[in-house]
Amino acid sequence: MNTTLGQFNPLAIFFFIVFITISLGITYWAARKTKSTAHFYAAGGNISGFQNGLALAGDYMSAASFLGIAGLVALNGFDGLIYSIGFLVGWPVVMFLIAEPLRNLGRYTFTDVVAYRLRQKPVRIASAIGTLAVVSFYLIAQMVGAGNLIRLLFGIDYNLAVIIVGGVMLAYVIFGGMIATTWVQIIKAVLLLGGTILLALMVLAQFGFNPLVLFQAAADKYGGAVLAPGKQVTDPLDAISLGLSLMLGTAGLPHILMRFYTVPNAKAARISVMYATLFIGFFYLLTFILGFGAMVLVGQDPISKIDKGGNMAAPMLAEVLGGNAFLGFIAAVSFATILAVVAGLTLSGAAALSHDLWVNVVRHGQTNETEEFRVARAATLLLGVLAIVLGIVFQGQNVAYMVGLAFAIAASANFPALLLSMLWRRFTTIGAVSSMVMGTISSLVLIYLSPTIQVTILHQASAPFPLKNPGLISIPLAFLVGIVVSLLTHEEAAMEKFSEVEHRIHTGEVM
Amino acid sequence: MNDRSRALTALANKRWQISLWLTAAMVVIYFGFILLIAYNKPLLGVLVVPGLSLGILLGALVIVAAWVLVYLYVRWANNYYDKKLSELREGDR
Repeated sequence: MNTTLGQFNPLAIFFFIVFITISLGITYWAARKTKSTAHFYAAGGNISGFQNGLALAGDYMSAASFLGIAGLVALNGFDGLIYSIGFLVGWPVVMFLIAEPLRNLGRYTFTDVVAYRLRQKPVRIASAIGTLAVVSFYLIAQMVGAGNLIRLLFGIDYNLAVIIVGGVMLAYVIFGGMIATTWVQIIKAVLLLGGTILLALMVLAQFGFNPLVLFQAAADKYGGAVLAPGKQVTDPLDAISLGLSLMLGTAGLPHILMRFYTVPNAKAARISVMYATLFIGFFYLLTFILGFGAMVLVGQDPISKIDKGGNMAAPMLAEVLGGNAFLGFIAAVSFATILAVVAGLTLSGAAALSHDLWVNVVRHGQTNETEEFRVARAATLLLGVLAIVLGIVFQGQNVAYMVGLAFAIAASANFPALLLSMLWRRFTTIGAVSSMVMGTISSLVLIYLSPTIQVTILHQASAPFPLKNPGLISIPLAFLVGIVVSLLTHEEAAMEKFSEVEHRIHTGEVM
Repeated sequence: MNDRSRALTALANKRWQISLWLTAAMVVIYFGFILLIAYNKPLLGVLVVPGLSLGILLGALVIVAAWVLVYLYVRWANNYYDKKLSELREGDR
């Protein structure tokens, strides 16, 4: 097929400018409402459950989901679906274990919950380190995706594309804070769901609106193997490790957890997870259609010729079915997706730096609103620049894989400490700190020792650690260290305060 | 410990119990699927009807199962937990 990808595309640029203009208008409106840190971090707690559900879905359906999974399915068939399904199953866990207690106990960051009955300083330092590790890995994935996408869709330079994404994102977060970020997420979630539904319908129209005919066509063209697990899953332990990270990682992602402070109460938090699970699950079911649709209608060769990772499968499918205008629309939606996710990530990183480190550690909680606000904005600027630099340095990395690593770090560094602090009376400060530090360090070290870094990047003959994803080792290790260290230490104050924690977790009221 | 806080503790324990059971159900369903992928690939390639392999069917069912579990929890929390909690609060006044 002939594609206009990689060339200057006026229609794509037009949709892109429309989106930017509208969302900057929202930022201007939000900026006038953002008067305090509560507005900056948590939109004043005024977002409804349904709105937050959409925003959560927007935060979660990143470029790695939309572009990456469609591409993985188009090139590998069934194997791509493993990611789709793994990304969803974390949501029930968030619902059952995390959402309501988090809303009831915290203020701005999930660290508020872990530190609630423990000693503030060490816990906040440890968790800020974990949060920043997760945010950096996730940011790299998004920025690299953004750079490649913009380069291919608009025909502009990679570095310039990364700088544009970083710049617009900074404007959203610095001026509009959580209110603007939330509304950008909501618009983007609606656009992305709408675009995906439209694209899926156009695919199904070619196959008599029967997905099975589509799957059969894929099997006829590329062999029955595309409908079964294949070469991507060679090591069983690797599949289990990835699965564990995807499932528990969602419950440790700082930018997702932060969203629970934008709603007024635990019930609204519950409702928002319900909607998020519904939207995200529906979206991932549609990726089955998009992926196989691109495989049959575009063909594997043209897709992998444009981009080895297959990331352009969905936009190419749009071009085949709806021409240049639809390509432009899907391109703008993809761009909005990346922009919104980067904004959410940066905001959660900034909250860790200003709220956790500056206010509670450096200033011992003794600071005024104006100062915290200034520090939060400075932290945002710092992270935005870091994101741009990382995006340029890590050009050419595999996007979906990087996100898998960010999930592994989140599941090891944040999730065990968060869960134990809410469930277990005997949990101590030293236990929490060692769990978070162990989770962060072990996952980072194992990633460094894995075949991807050692063999693919450093060109060694073999790797000391055989798995591509560290979750299978680092998550149980973080739990184990947290439990053993807590059992070896004793913290009277933390145990006494547990009843208060329990009371607040379940009722949301102060005892 | 007065009656109210005893009732509250009982309610809290019940919530954690339900949460942990539902979490366990999700873990079993999802890892059942992952273990099949890891250790029995040929089985997942078996066609249920033309065009639909067992793997794709089960994958879609895992997503549906996640929906069902979340729905069960929300129903329980809205109809039982919230009601009991507000009863306990009423009794306070």
